[in-house]
Amino acid sequence: MRQAMVWVWLILAAPMAAIASEAGLKLDRLPADVNPNDPVSLQRGAQVYVNYCLGCHSASYMRYNRLEKDLGLSEQQIRDNLIFTGAKVGELMKNSMDTRDAREWFGAAPPDLTVIARSRASHAGSGGDWLYTYLRSFYRDPSRPTGWNNTVFPNVGMPHVLYALQGEQALRTETQLIYRPGGKKEDAIKVEVTKLVVDKSGSMSPAEYDRLVADLVNFMVYMAEPAQQFRKQLGLYVLMFLAVLFVLAYALKKEFWKDVH
Amino acid sequence: MAAAEKQPVTTAGPFNGVLTWVDQRFPLISLWRDHLSEYYAPKNFNFWYYFGSLAMLVLVLQIVTGIFLVMHYKPDAAQAFASVEYIMRDVPGGWLIRYMHSTGASAFFIVVYLHMFRGLMYGSYRKPRELIWIFGMLIYLCLMAEAFFGYLLPWGQMSYWGAQVIVNLFDALPIIGPDLSLWIRGDYVVSDATLNRFFSFHVIAIPLVLLGLVAAHIMALHEVGSNNPDGVEIKQVKDPKTGRPMDGIPFHPYYTVKDTLGVVVFAIVFCVIMFFMPELGGYFLEYNNFIPADPLKTPPHIAPVWYFTPYYSILRATTEDFMWVLAVAVIAYATLLVGTLKAQSLRVAVAAIAAVLLAGFFTIDAKVWGVVLMGVATLIFFLLPWLDQSPVKSIRYKGTLVRSVLAAFVVVFLVLGYYGTQTVTTTGTIVSQVCTLLYFAFFLLMPWYTRMDKTRPVPERVTW
Repeated sequence: MRQAMVWVWLILAAPMAAIASEAGLKLDRLPADVNPNDPVSLQRGAQVYVNYCLGCHSASYMRYNRLEKDLGLSEQQIRDNLIFTGAKVGELMKNSMDTRDAREWFGAAPPDLTVIARSRASHAGSGGDWLYTYLRSFYRDPSRPTGWNNTVFPNVGMPHVLYALQGEQALRTETQLIYRPGGKKEDAIKVEVTKLVVDKSGSMSPAEYDRLVADLVNFMVYMAEPAQQFRKQLGLYVLMFLAVLFVLAYALKKEFWKDVH
Repeated sequence: MAAAEKQPVTTAGPFNGVLTWVDQRFPLISLWRDHLSEYYAPKNFNFWYYFGSLAMLVLVLQIVTGIFLVMHYKPDAAQAFASVEYIMRDVPGGWLIRYMHSTGASAFFIVVYLHMFRGLMYGSYRKPRELIWIFGMLIYLCLMAEAFFGYLLPWGQMSYWGAQVIVNLFDALPIIGPDLSLWIRGDYVVSDATLNRFFSFHVIAIPLVLLGLVAAHIMALHEVGSNNPDGVEIKQVKDPKTGRPMDGIPFHPYYTVKDTLGVVVFAIVFCVIMFFMPELGGYFLEYNNFIPADPLKTPPHIAPVWYFTPYYSILRATTEDFMWVLAVAVIAYATLLVGTLKAQSLRVAVAAIAAVLLAGFFTIDAKVWGVVLMGVATLIFFLLPWLDQSPVKSIRYKGTLVRSVLAAFVVVFLVLGYYGTQTVTTTGTIVSQVCTLLYFAFFLLMPWYTRMDKTRPVPERVTW
């Protein structure tokens, strides 16, 4: 009997040990100070989105006037600053790019971005992290039809739309020496590291550009699920209610079960 | 006249008159008594006995939220994805209803798996509760069908390709395969036709069957009475005066208030997930499913939702090479059976079946056997009442051997589930293959190890 048990556990040990973690893509984190409750950041993100993204990427599940309630904008402000297509304020954020044209120009139609922040989440990081890293990882690559490539999304069809702001990056390969603690120079290990370097600066400093991207991503995360802030608020109230209900239910059970012997 | 013979209701205060009127035309009071106020349940139910009532709760939750979702959802390949986002944004409270339904789907499986595990631990499938177990297993199968059909409806990439992969499994069956999968899809690929029929199955056909089975499950339970953590039949010791089981207490009010407490605790866990992490790290809502279905773009990694992954692992574990291992296992098991069985005819039958299987293993594609194994892995649970030969029901009085085997089975199930969510690796495949063998060994060797097990004496009355 004992022996049988030992066998059972021996057989189990193998699968348990084999569950190992897997390494993947390394993403920068969306800065922690980007606040999904900050209307200024979201408004700026919306502005960047309609100016730089919406021309190709529709957000066709999102209505302009949703921004009134969530971003604290007036109908007039939305009409003046965010709508360039003649759409009515209650309409969806569509664009007029023809899919067939787009396919010819970029190889693939630019996807709708309403829920992109949700679909890009993975074990490597949130969808926000992915977008934040992606939008800062374009580099010049003459071998690509658009002249641009991206380290997060290799051979992407999209050119670097924000290059006038960020400037032009280049991908450099450097050899780095890794020293053992207290080791000699000859013993150091050589490692090839690829790095993105700003070759030609744009109209923004790297810090300003990162901030702009962070605000844009903040807006895209919001747009992927506009109810998310309210969801969390409501969740707190519901849990508080359930906590009270728990006390009552527990007391009720205790009271009834007193006479079960 | 039968109605006139009934006693008038006297315990409902101002409602006496109405209830008497109804009771003379409908078995109201007797139903209430038989299923609630005079249904005697063992008093020693523990933590594991909450999940039956919780499964009922989730079923109701799914039906009610489903009704509201159908009011806004469009089962049309061109509009389905957008209509879900419309529910999430433009329908007042729509996001809440949708998250309740999506979280509820996973919660249903968690609750049902725990409910089944309770049955495994305390031998709730043993005589005289075989039919309860069989109805329960049918419910489980319906639930899997319901989840599978429902998962196509959001029309995301995982919906689409998940359905494509599963329907293609039928393609592997010999002779009828291609026609069968075409018939299921209604098209050569998963398409609008598929979405429409899956919608129909998801909102009408399967729920109807499910409700009927749940009714049968509970009727069978109330006929024979509930099992309990000691596996003692409480009906064997009755109060000589009242004729009620000494260890039984009326379901109402004792278990109604206790289950209310369980419901509140469940609601807390459910709400923490639903309000603060509705995707649950990509397990409850898969990230890829936020990309609209694209028949031209196969995602690099297609994984079913977590509750199907143990079976998916078994499917993937069945490779060309694995057929040799299976062949050895079949020969060994047939030898064991031939050595044990007494009747000559049964021995011949076993040898014949083994020979057919062996021939099939090397003539029919391994993929087909993967599908077969996956099917058998779910159906084999039906046999539990007859495979378990232990003299005692409950794990409390079983020996170390059976306890260890059950613990091992749980680990094997979880490991298979884990690997089903991962991309294929060599280690993953080998581990899944070992676990697949162990999975079937748990069932097929049960008649032997439950007999070998050193059990302890079962008390006369429940321990309390």
